[in-house]
Amino acid sequence: MQGNFRNVAEMKPGEVGVISGFVDQHIGVKLMEMGCLPGSTIRFNFKAPLGDPICVSVLGYDLSIRVEEAAAISIIS
Amino acid sequence: MSSRKRLKIALVGNPNSGKSSLFNCLTGLHQKVGNFPGVTVEKRLGFCTLPDGRTAEIVDLPGVYSIYPRSLDERIVSQVLLDHRSPGTPDIVVVVADATNLKRSLLLMTQVIDLGLPTILVLNMMDLAARAGISIDIGKLSSKLGVKVVPVNARRGTGIEELKALFTQQIHAHESPIFPIREEVMAPVKELRDTLGVDNDYEAYLFLDQPDSLAFLSQADRDTVASIRSHHNFFPGKFQGAETIQRFGYIQNLLNEITLKPADDAWKSQSRAIDRILTHKIWGYIIFFSILALIFQSIFAWATVPMDFIDELFASFSASLQQVLPEGPVSNLITQGIIPGIGGIVIFVPQIAILFGLISILEETGYMSRVVFLMDKIMRKFGLNGKSVVPLISGVACAIPAIMSTRTINNWKERMITIFVTPLMSCSARLPVFTILIALIVPDERFFGLNLQGIALMGLYLLGFSMAILSAWVMKKIIRVRERSYLIMELPTYRLPRWKNVGLTMIEKTRSFVFEAGKIILAISIVLWVLSSYGPGDRLTRAHEYVAQETSGTLTEEEMEDRVAAYKLENSYAGVIGKAIEPVIRPLGYDWKIGIALITSFAAREVFVGTMATIYAIGSAADEGSATIRSRMQAEINPETGGPRFTPAVGFSLLIFYTFAMQCMSTLAVVYRETGGWKWPLLQLLYMSGLAYISSLIVYQLLS
Repeated sequence: MQGNFRNVAEMKPGEVGVISGFVDQHIGVKLMEMGCLPGSTIRFNFKAPLGDPICVSVLGYDLSIRVEEAAAISIIS
Repeated sequence: MSSRKRLKIALVGNPNSGKSSLFNCLTGLHQKVGNFPGVTVEKRLGFCTLPDGRTAEIVDLPGVYSIYPRSLDERIVSQVLLDHRSPGTPDIVVVVADATNLKRSLLLMTQVIDLGLPTILVLNMMDLAARAGISIDIGKLSSKLGVKVVPVNARRGTGIEELKALFTQQIHAHESPIFPIREEVMAPVKELRDTLGVDNDYEAYLFLDQPDSLAFLSQADRDTVASIRSHHNFFPGKFQGAETIQRFGYIQNLLNEITLKPADDAWKSQSRAIDRILTHKIWGYIIFFSILALIFQSIFAWATVPMDFIDELFASFSASLQQVLPEGPVSNLITQGIIPGIGGIVIFVPQIAILFGLISILEETGYMSRVVFLMDKIMRKFGLNGKSVVPLISGVACAIPAIMSTRTINNWKERMITIFVTPLMSCSARLPVFTILIALIVPDERFFGLNLQGIALMGLYLLGFSMAILSAWVMKKIIRVRERSYLIMELPTYRLPRWKNVGLTMIEKTRSFVFEAGKIILAISIVLWVLSSYGPGDRLTRAHEYVAQETSGTLTEEEMEDRVAAYKLENSYAGVIGKAIEPVIRPLGYDWKIGIALITSFAAREVFVGTMATIYAIGSAADEGSATIRSRMQAEINPETGGPRFTPAVGFSLLIFYTFAMQCMSTLAVVYRETGGWKWPLLQLLYMSGLAYISSLIVYQLLS
């Protein structure tokens, strides 16, 4: 069961996934307003030099989120 | 509605949607900065003449992604859009959408439409959308949404006339909502509409959902809203997620119908390639620090030429006026008080303009958000937030707008720490003090191709920055608050700066500095002139006699005049005050003349240079007043040693003092406003003054 659910923080640079939901609703609402909607694709672009935050692409634009927030986004991959 | 009524237009839109470019296009130089009633967020207001001759008043609201605010500056948008009953209520709301990212932009659009205000949709960045291969059926978008849609390229200014023409037409509010409010909340919404007479359902719903956005209501009305909320067990935020999903569902259907050709991601490849270098492990930081070094070098290298010119211009102007005007207190006030005072303001202009210009270029290109990205983890270690970098960097220009810009930081503790340490960043007002003291004590020589004076200047900035970071770390350990901190931020596509925006920022900031800070500096210059020209008793009016008595006529006429001038200053009110504090500042290496400058620069540190100019202009009346401030300070003799007054030890001690001391009334006032009390500004004042005193004491004692 657990193996099927991953989050964005566990993705590798260049990997693409589909958002399935949010572990944390508080952060989830803010992410949804920026276009991170369940069902849409999210691409992990690269990490900041110190590993945090990370840069992802959603809706065709680049977004910077912290690893902590990335961990709140569940994906189907 | 009378046709001569001034039209009020509000611009809203996502951050980076080109909203400010559009604002600049519409208003040009007819801008001013004000405050929203009751709140301290800077209000950018501009005026624009419409084709029918009417004037439109345009307000540029902070960038938001939705009507639900997540930080203090975003709250202003819901406050303006929810208030339908005040003279400030906009007649037209213009939603600025980034045409390359229509889906995200339309969320806010559907919310504004549902608030029932007359709305126009502007599709900005049509040039980029074309480059991305996007093709939209604009006519269909307009008829489906039920609002007028104008394609615009604010960079080029295309579409602006069409938009202005639209402002002259009667714009109607949307009749039926895009998102009908949920059945569950119908009862409290209806009760609220009946009791308070709120215009529409969505507005009433947001009254219930955003208790903190209702500052425009009276206390009684807010209590009514609160009692309806609790009576119906309404929990703010409960349905926000569901609403967002439902709206995006509507938007997706709309986009499916109107999109002729979707975006082709390849146009971003250039921007991504730049990102690989600018956010690189090593290159990223090297480039960031090189840019900072370049900024300081350029301020020093480029600004000194016009500054020296301004300095000499005012000195010679003052000298020639002295010869034309008849002798008397009024002409002395003009030549020794007012003109050096105005000179002390104008001399800042080149440095402030360059600094604001460079900061604005960093923001325009999209680089500033990469700085946040690079620095977030480091800043968090010190109790700050990646977003603290922006206030800290703008603090180099001026702490006041920098402290106001901390409103984008949504975590209370991180915001307080940022506010507390920002004044330690060396602001442009310290620059003239640094410039003049460095020029006195650091030789104008080159070291590995870099100007030594430039290196000294950068060292002072780094010192201020290090102290800010260190203080932040200490505060992180002291303040114990657990609150979630997050950073969700767009990294916009790199673009060339819009030079018009850069130019307007430079003009706007310089103008407000000259008039706002200028008033204080000029007033203090005049007060200072009075204090140093008059004194208790008859010592000043009969100075000549007293000096003659003391020296019993052994001096030449020239020596005599110098002694009289010095005697006058020493016995003036300013001299008395300076002497009173001399025991306190003597361990730092300062005499009573510098003491006068310390007292006057308590209100605003930039007054230091003007004070020096005034004090030494009075002190050496014999030299025709044509010398520059620097040469006068250089010539000043320490009577105890017979050597120059401004030795390296005194100079460095003063430099350190000015780096750390809180000498700015306006900063204290803005901290008071931003934190809502005297606790923080007073702590800041005590901390920074103590730090300045102890550090300069150590420096002077080590060097002398």
